[in-house]
Amino acid sequence: MNLMTERSLEKAVGDKMNAVASTNKMKGDKVSVFYGAKQALFDVDLDIPEKMVTALIGPSGCGKSTFLRSLNRMNDTIEGCRVTGQITLDGEDIYDPKIDVVELRARVGMVFQKPNPFPKSIYENVAYGPRIHGLAKSRHELDEIVESSLRRASLFEEVKDRLHDAGTGLSGGQQQRLCIARAIAVSPEVILMDEPCSALDPIATAKVEELIDELRQNYTIVIVTHSMQQAARVSQKTAMFHLGNLVEVGETEMMFTTPKEKRTQDYITGRFG
Amino acid sequence: MTDATFNSNVAAVGRPVRRDIGIKRRYAAERRFRFYGVAAIAVGIFFLFALLFSVISNGYTAFWQTTIELPVKLDEKLIDPSNQRATNPNVLLTANYPLLVRNALAEKLGVSTTDRPAMRDLSKFVSDGVRNQLREMVVANPSLIGTTQTIPVLAGADIDSAFKGQINLDVDEANRKVSNRQVAWMKELADEGVMRQKFNTGLFTYGASSRPETAGLGVALVGSLYMMLIVLVLSLPIGVAASIYLEEYAKKSRLTDIIEVNINNLAAVPSIVFGLLGLAVFINLVGLPRSASLVGGLVLTLMTLPTVIIATRAALRAVPPSIRSAALGIGASKTQMVFHHVLPLAAPGILTGTIIGLAQALGETAPLLLIGMVAFVVGYPTTPMDPATALPVQIYMWANEAERAFVERTSGAIIVLLLFLAVMNIAAIILRRRFERRW
Ligand SMILES: Nc1ncnc2c1ncn2[C@@H]1O[C@H](COP(=O)(O)OP(=O)(O)OP(=O)(O)O)[C@@H](O)[C@H]1O
Ligand SMILES: [Mg+2]
Repeated sequence: MNLMTERSLEKAVGDKMNAVASTNKMKGDKVSVFYGAKQALFDVDLDIPEKMVTALIGPSGCGKSTFLRSLNRMNDTIEGCRVTGQITLDGEDIYDPKIDVVELRARVGMVFQKPNPFPKSIYENVAYGPRIHGLAKSRHELDEIVESSLRRASLFEEVKDRLHDAGTGLSGGQQQRLCIARAIAVSPEVILMDEPCSALDPIATAKVEELIDELRQNYTIVIVTHSMQQAARVSQKTAMFHLGNLVEVGETEMMFTTPKEKRTQDYITGRFG
Repeated sequence: MTDATFNSNVAAVGRPVRRDIGIKRRYAAERRFRFYGVAAIAVGIFFLFALLFSVISNGYTAFWQTTIELPVKLDEKLIDPSNQRATNPNVLLTANYPLLVRNALAEKLGVSTTDRPAMRDLSKFVSDGVRNQLREMVVANPSLIGTTQTIPVLAGADIDSAFKGQINLDVDEANRKVSNRQVAWMKELADEGVMRQKFNTGLFTYGASSRPETAGLGVALVGSLYMMLIVLVLSLPIGVAASIYLEEYAKKSRLTDIIEVNINNLAAVPSIVFGLLGLAVFINLVGLPRSASLVGGLVLTLMTLPTVIIATRAALRAVPPSIRSAALGIGASKTQMVFHHVLPLAAPGILTGTIIGLAQALGETAPLLLIGMVAFVVGYPTTPMDPATALPVQIYMWANEAERAFVERTSGAIIVLLLFLAVMNIAAIILRRRFERRW
């Protein structure tokens, strides 16, 4: 009992310390995004601290997904989409023509709103990434990567007897954890999650949230969410968007207790959005 | 005043006004529409069955052929009277084999060989194809000379028709193709059991012939097979590559729009135009031989490509975008995304489209007429450069013949063609099921 409180206290203190001391893994500098002629993001300056969870919140259509997608250049796949400003990963401009998008996306992985496992076996879903990136030298090593990724996504126990069954045959929550395992398997440095729990029930959501909290030890995480409670529970830093602008950004605790902007306060308390 | 307003409001809330939204009319419209649908399908099915009935009732007899088991004495005096075959093999080629059969038949039926009119009837009784049949037998094995062999010989075309009951015997003898004497012989041989109908393997093996009983689809089948292979080998990779490029790689621009419109238009271009194109380009310009299945295959490839491309693009487009995002999201390159995820998922659609394109090509006639595949080809083409015909062209040629035996062969060939098409369509369905079950 005593031990428990001590540990949680330690953790809370650690979080605070981290928030102050942590270096920034990614930096967004005057990021604007256009879809054709329409501007969806306006000069967003947002830093993503290392080994922490950053939550992006804001009403629908405010540009959270757009910002998230510009962090691993998934915007490139959208026709007519243009990004200006600068985004760096470990100080390197990711929109530099010398940067290889494929390598970038291996370093900055992504989990999508709707679980989207490949229509292949569970094993193949996880093994695909390591295989194309040449992360395993032998079948045995690949097996190990698959197992440890599934374990870290706390899915292994549920699926260990049917690794070769279709991934699409899992429940929604399991599919989402499978997608997380798939993202982890390529050992990314940053994981982007776009409303990863919006298709899940509360129990599956709790599992994924728990998982996110664990992943924070090793990965930098950016999560888009519509749930204020979720943002409060899992993130250390929160950024509030509105109509393509970054309204306010700060430590999660501060944001939810003493927001500086009226819009943030209104949104958090559910007055609009 | 205020009271009245209040009351009317209560009434409006308590009992909502009945709205006339024409439920009855809507039901009637729906019933009417269903009736139209059922009627349209019924008409379609009726015509399908009418077609099948007419083709099958006309054509099933083509799969049977009247043959006579006859003990033929391979008389040395008639085949090789001066015993020259050791030095001059031509003797065996030019010998009068039909005479041997005629004599055998005369002996069997007790007809005197000096009875000229009877012998003339006899010579029409068996097919002249026995010349080839016996020649091949004797040349292959000269030691048979002098022995008596029981040989199944084909009946003549008219006798075959009469035996199948296709010739009205009530007509005056002068106006029909079989004489009373022949009818009597037929009965005699049939009663004895030596004359009967057998499965007509010749229909599938013989090449072109002016005698219906020795005319077959052999050359046409080989020609069609060559062409299908050429179409498959060319149109599948080219079509799939073009579709992948257009669908996944090409940036939308005016040029790709023009290409897109033109591919859709090409699918609607009358096939005979492709025939003209093939004639101008492949034969006149490139100098490929006429009547060759290679040229036919190339022309049919041009014709099939738009179908394959349209089907492939539709199949690629049907792959959910979430799969693409998933692949790109873990760092797959575009090419890896296409070949590892999109293409396998699109494969059933692509295969179906390709098989349907092939089936279309198999039934195509007009362009083949223009490149000279309406040819009288007796021998099998050994390479795609040799003259050949195709199944539908053979049907076209037989349909122009007047003889009763060719009429049934025309329908028989149509049955064969329809069977091939059915098999291909079933294959398309099976393949699609197979692949779909995998995910
Ligand atoms: N592919 C696209 N093409 C054109 N406009 C787009 C595209 N994607 C997003 N937009 C526009 O950009 C703006 C921001 O969209 P975005 O998807 O980033 O919002 P969001 O904050 O993620 O909203 P939600 O919470 O509903 O997911 C919206 O106005 C949207 O209409
Ligand atoms: Mg979004």
